[in-house]
Amino acid sequence: MTDYMHAFDLYVPASLEDAARLLDEHGTNAWIVAGGKDSFDWFKDRHRQPQAVIDISGLEELHGIRDHGGHISIGAATTLTEIEESELLREHFPVLTQAAAQVASPQIRNAGTIGGNVSQDARCTYYRDGFPCYRAGGDACYANTPTAMNREHALFGVSRCVAVTPSDTAPALVALEAEMVISRNGVLQTVPSEAYFVGPDIDITRMTVLKEGDILVAVHIPKTWAGARSYFEKIADRQTWDFALVNIALVAKTEGTQVVAARIACGGVQCTPRRLAEVEDLVQGETVGPDLETLARRVAARGAKALNYNQFKIPLIENLAARAIRSLA
Amino acid sequence: MAKAHVTTTVNGDAVEFLCDAEQTLLDVLRDELYLTGSKEGCASGDCGACSVIADGRLVCACLMLGVEAEGLAIETIEGMADGDQLHPLQTKFLEHAALQCGVCTPGFLVAAKSLLERNPDPTEIEVRYWLAGNLCRCTGYDKIVRAVLDTAEEMRGG
Ligand SMILES: Cc1cc2nc3c(=O)[nH]c(=O)nc-3n(C[C@H](O)[C@H](O)[C@H](O)COP(=O)(O)OP(=O)(O)OC[C@H]3O[C@@H](n4cnc5c(N)ncnc54)[C@H](O)[C@@H]3O)c2cc1C
Ligand code: SF4
Ligand code: FES
Ligand code: FES
Repeated sequence: MTDYMHAFDLYVPASLEDAARLLDEHGTNAWIVAGGKDSFDWFKDRHRQPQAVIDISGLEELHGIRDHGGHISIGAATTLTEIEESELLREHFPVLTQAAAQVASPQIRNAGTIGGNVSQDARCTYYRDGFPCYRAGGDACYANTPTAMNREHALFGVSRCVAVTPSDTAPALVALEAEMVISRNGVLQTVPSEAYFVGPDIDITRMTVLKEGDILVAVHIPKTWAGARSYFEKIADRQTWDFALVNIALVAKTEGTQVVAARIACGGVQCTPRRLAEVEDLVQGETVGPDLETLARRVAARGAKALNYNQFKIPLIENLAARAIRSLA
Repeated sequence: MAKAHVTTTVNGDAVEFLCDAEQTLLDVLRDELYLTGSKEGCASGDCGACSVIADGRLVCACLMLGVEAEGLAIETIEGMADGDQLHPLQTKFLEHAALQCGVCTPGFLVAAKSLLERNPDPTEIEVRYWLAGNLCRCTGYDKIVRAVLDTAEEMRGG
């Protein structure tokens, strides 16, 4: 049921320090809200009822897209629309602006933030509907049974939970070797984007390394892949807003039709963005063409283990990998 | 916690209201300010029936807190017509019969207005992508898209 939210206390900190102090003070009762597009959904369904809601969206320190020479920084509370519309990002990292532009609807992108997009919780319907599954602290997975509806679930990296990463920007950030800047106990720490997302084998109750009290401050994107060739494609059930069944982000450096180096990541296939490392290795130094596409297709989904209803994602990954390579021709 | 005192502008009028932290802007508009044009379809950001414009940005009022309206300029469907003078989009929606039950219509009109303010000459694809967050269970969308394209042409003086 989705209607009214529980009564909570709203805090609007004036600084990052202030926010950290509030988080510390309220411990497990605290919940960070940025755009609220994921949070308010949880509250309305009443599966999460934190007493202290801390709105960080107004914090100056978390806003803006800036060129620092060697890297570009994006404040965690920057909206997806601001990313989509940023000339600086479009010029350097079009794979990210394209990914941001494909999230949900204009209404959601205008308020939803990049920090919230990469920190959002799993969309598994059983979990969202409040089933007491492993991820919710229970002792079963309701999505991985012979009769379960699991066409949206994982092909790789399964460890009890078969939920997938729902974020469209996450694979783009992983492809770009972005780094996540986290404020923990008042100290700023930097975590590579690949390590920011965690699978159920590491912690089944979380999707990211963020622990209680942590604040994602910014995303730093090194200029390593600035101006490189890129490709983003999202496949969803509907052409109107929808979460990805599979999405793919590629960045590549080429000389003529030869691939010098490439990084590719897919969302929607495991709990974290999945690097297509075998495809990356295979294409390095090779000439783009039908043969390379065929080879890429052959290795793209290697190791996939389908559940009852998500077999179709295997050719989907294979075809997306082939199309991404074809785009370099 | 005590109710928050919020000062904002709704359709050009200065407005003050008291609200609880957990009340959405949609709750406030409908239940406190009696502006019931914005509808609650899903309450979860899926349908766009609650679309309003906040400081020039199209948002879902159901996923925004009332207190977040502090200091913003809010535009709702109630401010779209100028007295008895309908907005061109409203006229075209009537002409094209771009509505049946009408529940989605305020949201579509506000969303379409926000599109035309940014892009006076959208292609059909741009219209469809922009209206992706607005669901209609009756019309099949075609008449809505045509009404928006027709309005755009008329407003450009075509
Ligand atoms: C109708 C609908 C459609 C959607 N479609 C898509 C889609 O197609 N693709 C997609 O990728 N996503 C989609 N989403 C998911 C998501 O809600 C949005 O992408 C949005 O970016 C979330 O950002 P937010 O700021 O609103 O999140 P919030 O709800 O504010 O935050 C989400 C989570 O991240 C945490 N958090 C946020 N910021 C920080 C921070 N700085 N530090 C620490 N923790 C933080 C919050 O505590 C919360 O747990 C959709 C959501 C809705 C409602
Ligand atoms: S896939 Fe994960 S989130 Fe979904 S029911 Fe199984 S354990 Fe829970
Ligand atoms: S009621 Fe807000 S999007 Fe449906
Ligand atoms: S006219 Fe009935 S939902 Fe659109």
